[in-house]
Amino acid sequence: MPIEKFIKTVSRAVPIPIEEIDTDQIIPARFLKATDKIGFGNNLFRDWRYDATNKPIATFPLNNPKYSGTILVGGKNFGCGSSREHAAWAIADYGFKVVVSSFFADIFKNNVLNNGVLPVQISDAFLAEIFAQIEKDPNTEFEVDLQKQTITIMATGKSESFDINAYKKDCLLNGYDDIDYLISKLPEIEAFEKRV
Amino acid sequence: MGKTLFDKIWDSHVVSEIPDGPSILYIDRQFIHEVTSPQAFTGLENRGRSVFRPAQITATADHNIPTMDQHLPIKEQLSAFQVQKLKDNCARHGITYYGLGDEFNGIVHVIGPELGYTQPGMTIVCGDSHTSTHGAFGAVAFGVGTSEVEMVFASQCIMQPKPKRMRITINGDLGKGVTSKDLILYVLSKLTASGATGYFIEYAGTAITNMSMEARMTVCNMSIELGARGGLIAPDEKTFAYVKGRKYAPQGADFDVALEKWKQLYSDADAKFDKEFTFDANDIVPMITYGTNPGLGMKISDSIPSLDSIDSASKETFKKALDYMGFVPEQSLLGKEIDWVFVGSCTNGRIEDFRLLAQVLKGRKKAPHVNTYIVPGSYLVAQQIKEEGIDKILADAGVELRQPGCSSCLAMNEDKVPPGKYCVATSNRNFEGRQGPGARTILASPLTAAAAIVTGKITDPREFL
Repeated sequence: MPIEKFIKTVSRAVPIPIEEIDTDQIIPARFLKATDKIGFGNNLFRDWRYDATNKPIATFPLNNPKYSGTILVGGKNFGCGSSREHAAWAIADYGFKVVVSSFFADIFKNNVLNNGVLPVQISDAFLAEIFAQIEKDPNTEFEVDLQKQTITIMATGKSESFDINAYKKDCLLNGYDDIDYLISKLPEIEAFEKRV
Repeated sequence: MGKTLFDKIWDSHVVSEIPDGPSILYIDRQFIHEVTSPQAFTGLENRGRSVFRPAQITATADHNIPTMDQHLPIKEQLSAFQVQKLKDNCARHGITYYGLGDEFNGIVHVIGPELGYTQPGMTIVCGDSHTSTHGAFGAVAFGVGTSEVEMVFASQCIMQPKPKRMRITINGDLGKGVTSKDLILYVLSKLTASGATGYFIEYAGTAITNMSMEARMTVCNMSIELGARGGLIAPDEKTFAYVKGRKYAPQGADFDVALEKWKQLYSDADAKFDKEFTFDANDIVPMITYGTNPGLGMKISDSIPSLDSIDSASKETFKKALDYMGFVPEQSLLGKEIDWVFVGSCTNGRIEDFRLLAQVLKGRKKAPHVNTYIVPGSYLVAQQIKEEGIDKILADAGVELRQPGCSSCLAMNEDKVPPGKYCVATSNRNFEGRQGPGARTILASPLTAAAAIVTGKITDPREFL
């Protein structure tokens, strides 16, 4: 079953300049009772986005009308903690195509990649520059080009490259998913089972 | 050059490697639970496929279940539906399922070792980050997302980039009243919550080899809190003795054959690690956390760091954590009044943890204002609590024993801590809202939790030993 292709995006960005954002914040455990993947975006960052009476907290970036776009920018060690893929589903369902940080937790990185969302890991210095640029002008656009593996601040032209392994890059560019690939390898897997 | 234990296990499970890509890694056992599996079953069925190797998958209901009145239907409708869905999915695909009330039900990372599913040299995954627990047996065990759960359903394999190797060596003896939980919280306080991201840890040194299997499980359990993909310990006589005779362990002559293989599971003397850390067990004392990630911990008698000591880039995050906790920089937490105590979870929900609890509570009473969630990790643990008379000690102390489950570790069920209240917890995460919206979690050992039950305050447990 193909996933959504990712080639290039040009968009404004939503900044959350907090470090160590764990997946419990991205999607709190009480919203993990669903048995499908739909609608998690409504509860993305639920307890930072709404107060106890379900009133939107105006200062939180997702509620601030000056910020918008399909790029989410977070502080270092983004997505740590629980392995819940619901966090990736919530980010994708909300409409984000790219998550930018200077450091991602391993399981989270796999999870977003498996849902067609691109994790863009950049240097601490460039991350600070991106936060500063959005603060200065929230209308700033960013280009994320998977083919070239670059992220560019359109207003200044400043750019940094990011890593992604060739296999995953190919998957995203073409919309392939790992499960189809593994199913195509079943004869090899059965041979491995006999061998060991 | 020699190989690390991690490399030996990983390499022997690689079906094939993709150049500049992940490996196709064969998985010996997958554990599943109700929360992270339903979408994987749906995905698999939408592809028109069935589970490839159902005999290598084991299911339990643990995350989203009540810990009282488990003989009654689950009251909360969504939870009841989710648990029923797991039961139906397992029945349809021929997967062994330990449901509520089953004599072998319990937290996935407690029952795996208990039933002998977990064995040295295995690759093990589960849609749960604390799968690293099983590394205590010398297994490569790690948490995965639901897409990866589906990969294992479809092919008994996952696509996985190989992590780097880290060794953490702790030599020396842990002092009186200092537990394996204090050891791992100490390591976390030194390396931070992202100190091992991208790595697979091997724990070594006399402080580790002197530990019981259960204590080792506590250490490996929290590898993920360091950001590590997993953590393991070379199996030894203690490991083999623990596994021998368990329900699903190899029996008779098969055990002897397995044992010969298991004895080869160690890092060669000249094996190279990408990163090494060494600590002295004598430096470790009872530990507590003060912030909102497990890396923000300190010795129980220390004060919270000053704002000046924090990197400028991390200051806002540090302030946010202290604001949430209602603490200030340089504050000492000894004597701080607490409201709740949670003893349980895949970190500290085994029989030895309840023995520690009982050691402090015996002949003492719960402080009147303290509320508790005391939750065994499995039905077998609950059974042993009764056999050893620990249930009586708890009852005499005025503490209620609940039924097995993940409970207040992630508070998906009713076992929540109210907003603003402080909870000393033996679980693994002190994230904002982890034990319920607004709840404030202080991670600690079962001994420190027990001391807090008695005094109603943050208390050095060594006072009671």
